[in-house]
Amino acid sequence: MEYGLDLEYSFNEFLKGFGLSSEIAHIIWLPLPMLLVLVAAVVGVLVTVWLERKISAAAQQRIGPEYAGALGVLQPIADGLKLLVKEDIIPAKADGILFTAGPILVLVPVILSWLIVPFGQNLLISNVGIGIFLWISLSSIQPIGLLMSGYASNNKYSLLGGLRAAAQSISYEIPLALSVLAIVLMTNSLSTVDIVNQQSGAGILSWNIWRQPVGFIVFWICALAECERLPFDLPEAEEELVAGYQTEYAGMKFALFYLGSYINLILSALLVSILYLGGWGFPIPVELIAKFLNLPINAPFIQVFTASIGIIMTVLKAYLLVFIAILLRWTTPRVRIDQLLDLGWKFLLPISLANLLITAGLKLAFPQFFGG
Amino acid sequence: MSIAITTQIICFSILSLVILVGAIGVVLLESIVYSAFLLGGVFMSVAGLYLLLNASFVAAAQVLVYVGAVNVLIIFAIMLVNKKEDLKPISDIKSRRIISTSICLTLLSLLIRVDLTNVWSLSSPQNSIGEESTIRIGEHLFSDYLLPFEVASVLLLMAMIGAIVLARRDVMSKDISTGLPVDQELIEKSSEPLLTNKN
Repeated sequence: MEYGLDLEYSFNEFLKGFGLSSEIAHIIWLPLPMLLVLVAAVVGVLVTVWLERKISAAAQQRIGPEYAGALGVLQPIADGLKLLVKEDIIPAKADGILFTAGPILVLVPVILSWLIVPFGQNLLISNVGIGIFLWISLSSIQPIGLLMSGYASNNKYSLLGGLRAAAQSISYEIPLALSVLAIVLMTNSLSTVDIVNQQSGAGILSWNIWRQPVGFIVFWICALAECERLPFDLPEAEEELVAGYQTEYAGMKFALFYLGSYINLILSALLVSILYLGGWGFPIPVELIAKFLNLPINAPFIQVFTASIGIIMTVLKAYLLVFIAILLRWTTPRVRIDQLLDLGWKFLLPISLANLLITAGLKLAFPQFFGG
Repeated sequence: MSIAITTQIICFSILSLVILVGAIGVVLLESIVYSAFLLGGVFMSVAGLYLLLNASFVAAAQVLVYVGAVNVLIIFAIMLVNKKEDLKPISDIKSRRIISTSICLTLLSLLIRVDLTNVWSLSSPQNSIGEESTIRIGEHLFSDYLLPFEVASVLLLMAMIGAIVLARRDVMSKDISTGLPVDQELIEKSSEPLLTNKN
């Protein structure tokens, strides 16, 4: 029996106590975790936008937002409100249907991918068997939305931005998938919960980052490229393309792109922490601490405590990575488009292939360390 | 009828409607860009059908390969060569339409015959493997389907080499189609950096 909170089971039992059938209880339960994750994602975006403003200000020796709330914490909400009430403009010569569908196609796959992000043993929307593969395939839909909005804007900068975005996502998806494959090889499972559990043996020592250092770096570079963040923000390079595929967008449609890119950044950071940094695991295993303190691991209050620690650890690791991403954005120059494609195809792809091959060899040679 | 079955029927009817309307749209729409985007929608709906059949791995692979790779490349190619040109009217359009309609009808009747003669129902409900399908697919690919799998990869390699040969005609000494020696200036041009010419 796996320990840990099972909120769904308790909730269903609670509703059954009122005489509801299990099916109706299930239907009442279904929207709750989805809403919760959606709210968490949006709050995460607000926090990240604030962090981005503050850290960029610090990197440029400015103060940054300071009037909206203490330390300017309400600034992202003010930004959001401004975008919400702005006029929604569709350019006269643009293609109305594709222009509207583009941003939606960019945002929806990103939000769907939150399905597989676990914050604890049972704290995720759905432990689907194909787990991490679902994220890889969903993230491949995004370039269609980008191409669509680039084409529909009827503007040469938008079209170029869309084409660049698609080329970039295609070339960085392959090393990304290959480095995930090395992890899957070690776990014998695609499920994100299994991937975290496989790293939970000896706390910080058993995290995948020690066994997959090359995979970690390749994955992080590719994740940054997929998020179109500096040094890989060529699709929206201000100095060359005005704003790339978002040039003609205003109001809520622009906000969808904005939300999408930040949700994607947080999602990538969460996935790096799940794949390589032990997910919800505490650096010292919680079971060891409980044993040391002579506490029963299955007692309700301990379970609530460990679940909270799990959520805090996941979010903490993810935000450390977001911090690194923001620092990178404000301290590194942009790469050229040929350098970008060279890096993807001629450097990261061979390296991740070799990493996969070596992982397979090590798995055969040392099955106790690299998964049997 | 339980809620799960009702949901399944609703999903199935919506997905099949989208597939049918989308596929007809891909063929009949004048704008090639719309056709390409609709094709992506059709691929997505087919993935949805796989999901309904409990084949989540196949569904995800369908999205990754067909939507994420094939369809993106199609749209990419259309947008790179996006020339606004009026198509020339074809003189014998009528006979062409008759021929293509008859071919399509023959294919359709063949499919209907397969549909009617094949036994679709599984022998027992235990045969559906659901989440285990990933493992089963892997086992089959490395045992009884190994040869087709490898042959398919050789086929893809051939297609790739062919594409490279067609795209980089300038690096060949002879033109492939005519056999004449290629204009040497092209080779020099491709090896020179673009920016130095401006000085």
